[in-house]
Amino acid sequence: MTTELPVLTAKDFASDQELRWCPRCGDYSILAQFKKVLPTLGIPQENFVVVSGIGCSSRFPYYVDTYGFHSIHGRAPAIASGVKGVRPDLQVWVITGDGDGLSIGGNHLMHAIRRNVNLKIILFNNQIYGLTKGQYSPTSPLGKRTKSTPQGSIDNPLSPLSVAIGSEATFVARSVDVDTRHLTSILERAAHHNGTAFIEVYQDCNVFNSGAFYYASKKGVKEDNVVYLEHGKPLIYGADRDKGIRVNEGNRPEVVELGSGISEDDLLFHDEQADEPSLAFLLARMRHPEFPEPMGVFRSVQRPVYDIALDEQVSEAIERKGPGNLDELFNSGDTWTVE
Amino acid sequence: MAATDVAPANEKRTEERDTIVIRFCGDSGDGMQLAGSQMTNVSAVFGNDVSTLPDFPAEIRAPAGSLAGVSGFQLHFSSNDVFTPGDEVDTLIAMNPAALKTNIADLKRGGTLIVNQDSFASGDLKKAGYESNPLDDEDLLAPFDVHKVEMTRLTRDAVDGLGLSPREADRCKNFFALGLVYWLYERDATPTRNWVSEKFSKKPEIAEANLKALQGGQNFGLSTESFRVHFRVPPAKLAPGKYRKITGNEALAFGFTAAAKMADRSLFYAGYPITPASDILHELSRLKHFGVRTFQAEDEIAAMSAAVGAAFTGELAITASSGPGICLKGEAMGLGVMTELPMVIVDVQRGGPSTGLPTKTEQSDLMLAMFGRNGESPLPIVAPATPGDCFWIAQEAMRIAVEFMTPVMLLSDGYIANGAEPWRVPSLDDLKPIQVDHPTEFNSEDGFLPYLRDERLVRPWAKVGTPGLMHRLGGLEKSDVTGNVDYDPNNHEHMSKVRAQKVANVAASIPEQEVFGAQDGEMLVISWGGTYGAVRQAVKTLTEDGCSVGHAHLRYLNPFPSNLGELITRFQTILVPELNLGQLVRLLRSAFLVDAQGYNKIQGKPFRVSELIEAIQSRL
Ligand SMILES: Cc1ncc(C[n+]2csc(CCOP(=O)(O)OP(=O)(O)O)c2C)c(N)n1
Ligand code: SF4
Ligand SMILES: [Mg+2]
Repeated sequence: MTTELPVLTAKDFASDQELRWCPRCGDYSILAQFKKVLPTLGIPQENFVVVSGIGCSSRFPYYVDTYGFHSIHGRAPAIASGVKGVRPDLQVWVITGDGDGLSIGGNHLMHAIRRNVNLKIILFNNQIYGLTKGQYSPTSPLGKRTKSTPQGSIDNPLSPLSVAIGSEATFVARSVDVDTRHLTSILERAAHHNGTAFIEVYQDCNVFNSGAFYYASKKGVKEDNVVYLEHGKPLIYGADRDKGIRVNEGNRPEVVELGSGISEDDLLFHDEQADEPSLAFLLARMRHPEFPEPMGVFRSVQRPVYDIALDEQVSEAIERKGPGNLDELFNSGDTWTVE
Repeated sequence: MAATDVAPANEKRTEERDTIVIRFCGDSGDGMQLAGSQMTNVSAVFGNDVSTLPDFPAEIRAPAGSLAGVSGFQLHFSSNDVFTPGDEVDTLIAMNPAALKTNIADLKRGGTLIVNQDSFASGDLKKAGYESNPLDDEDLLAPFDVHKVEMTRLTRDAVDGLGLSPREADRCKNFFALGLVYWLYERDATPTRNWVSEKFSKKPEIAEANLKALQGGQNFGLSTESFRVHFRVPPAKLAPGKYRKITGNEALAFGFTAAAKMADRSLFYAGYPITPASDILHELSRLKHFGVRTFQAEDEIAAMSAAVGAAFTGELAITASSGPGICLKGEAMGLGVMTELPMVIVDVQRGGPSTGLPTKTEQSDLMLAMFGRNGESPLPIVAPATPGDCFWIAQEAMRIAVEFMTPVMLLSDGYIANGAEPWRVPSLDDLKPIQVDHPTEFNSEDGFLPYLRDERLVRPWAKVGTPGLMHRLGGLEKSDVTGNVDYDPNNHEHMSKVRAQKVANVAASIPEQEVFGAQDGEMLVISWGGTYGAVRQAVKTLTEDGCSVGHAHLRYLNPFPSNLGELITRFQTILVPELNLGQLVRLLRSAFLVDAQGYNKIQGKPFRVSELIEAIQSRL
């Protein structure tokens, strides 16, 4: 029996709630791409779940007409793990921020990724606490002046992708809010990945951290500041595609000019399926302005998926012991009868 | 004693006793918990009523031989109804000097003391802080019937020839002691022999050694001149039926599994290991063939959150922890209250604050359960009275949760969780179905309204995946009916009152409070949780002496049973014994404006019946 799925469009995924983000916030674009991708996945609308924590970004579920949960600060990966724990058939997206996912919720993020729960996690990185009006976050650069760091931040920032890779992530990617076509393709790939898919999206907080990512988002600038990753292809970038990344003898990446004795074959070739995550880690540590920042899929490998394995343990136990029988359970162990 | 004094085995006398309290104590590494639980099992299988009190240190291996490392297991077995593990000990088995030192004060005058003499020749004396050997102290031992047994040597002899190292041989001592006790109380060792064979099936030499040691202990009792009498404690007159032994934590696992079956749903358990709640996770993780899914989360915050997530999808979700973990769960529990999702949170209470007394019991968290979340955040609270009652209260908690769409707290405690008693195996007909309704269609002309309530103020529980019923929940205040985010001042007041009223409405679905003993008169003793047995025994003894005392034991703490206020007015004095500094007593005083008095103990130990009798008598 084949049941025809109704043909859905982005419009079908719009909820009746009024959007409450500031004008020109990067969140709008991410929402728009997200709503474009969902109807293309061949999944019934009622089988999507969007779970978020707290933050501007975490308002997201209210604006998507799926089952949704706007939960508490940092806990979305744990709540979503509970959803998947009982319903591996649902497609569950987690929406989190740099504070939500990496500060208060860092522990849950790490463990969801380590278990490889089949979640699609989008981390909106605006390098600031938006909802609480502009304190620095775990991704804010050193020296950053914010409401809570009037003399500049003295906290060393971390890279969300390094955290994900260090947590044994099976799918790691990065994109930019306004890079609509690229973002859509990354969301699609994440949706099709089996296991935790972790996506960092550079997101402009127009009010408290405006322009933090212009180097990576503005046309005419970004060409020299980002390098798009393609599996099996060399890392080439630049407005004239005349620059590349080579790994030197110290196993460090370096920027090289193509042409003067250096050919494409000398460059680093991307392999998102490498057994070891060292290449992905090396890429995740390439930061602006020293390097162009990689965009795209850093890593995509297969590993057993937690929620499927849990399901299999249940089926296996039923196969081995037969479906649970309460009478047998109650009467297990030593029993005696009182006449 | 002259050799002629040795009575042939068949000439040993048997005396009958109604009831015996026995305590095994020794170093944490001596296997006292195992010996105690085996003695419990064979006594239960024999047909005695039993009640146990395992008492062990928080350290897995405190320095060997030290006072801090003493582990004990007390068993009360009887031909009568048993309510508590017993106040005083009839027979004390002390495996080393530290155990003797810390336990002898609880041994009755005239009681039997069995010591492992070999341990008193060693450095263990010093570790226990004895200047000289207490076994030579006639004044100390005079009140008791003392048996000095060379357990270490005799155990080594018993396992000789099996190729065990001296260390391995010495680890069988507990089975030697157990064998001796089995002889002393005419116990049939078969259940223990079966247990050993199964437990060590992969290490046949260890199984063999333990069985030999057990037999060695039995033979020793039979042949030694030291014991001339052994005792028979006839079976108790329990209600007819089939029985097994059960601990509180086992009963909770069984109860939740049964609840899920009766609701025809799968069960999701999320937890993070913590004493004394971990066994619930262990038990449930073995029940996957019942469709039970267990999730060992990264912390209690995650465990609580995962339970909320599972509940959101439409499945039955539970979590369990103890005080420190319950504190961590607070925020996500509040999310459960706000989103009005059903789930059960078990708190197996232990001494606090902070890490407190991890392995000791305390009625520590009634206030935490009532008020330990931000905002007006009410939820129903229930508490089991005995280990066996855990089975029933688990189902009741789940029933309330799904019937009223609310998180429910279940307050167990260390005493109930680890304590064991005979449990009449229920028949499936004894179990009540739990009705779960999931809407499949719009509940209004405006589509699906997730906060449209029924007459009890309960909102619908849409299963994720149901076409057309997509909706968003969250921790922000919401409009009644639509569930949309709403910051309107009047709406917030309305919703706060609705949430409180919904929990209050649970009272209509629970039984009225019953009173044991006097139905009116001088004093009503009100208790809750694991103090049931001691309080019931105390009141029973006093009413048999003609005192005008009643006992109300509350299994429902929020809301209270609807007749409780009226009951209270029938008595001149209200006494509330609690293992804390007074928590239920405050709730009663504020709910009923009654001058209820507390009687409190906070030592990590259960009440003794004798101290309760004294407390009641002194106030009559
Ligand atoms: C337990 C808790 N602590 C603090 C807060 C306050 N709070 C709300 S959002 C937020 C930071 C949000 O930053 P981020 O995750 O980066 O999201 P953004 O607003 O930037 O999208 C904080 C600290 C809270 N809601 N809950
Ligand atoms: S504060 Fe920043 S992140 Fe939040 S909505 Fe406004 S622009 Fe967006
Ligand atoms: Mg942010």
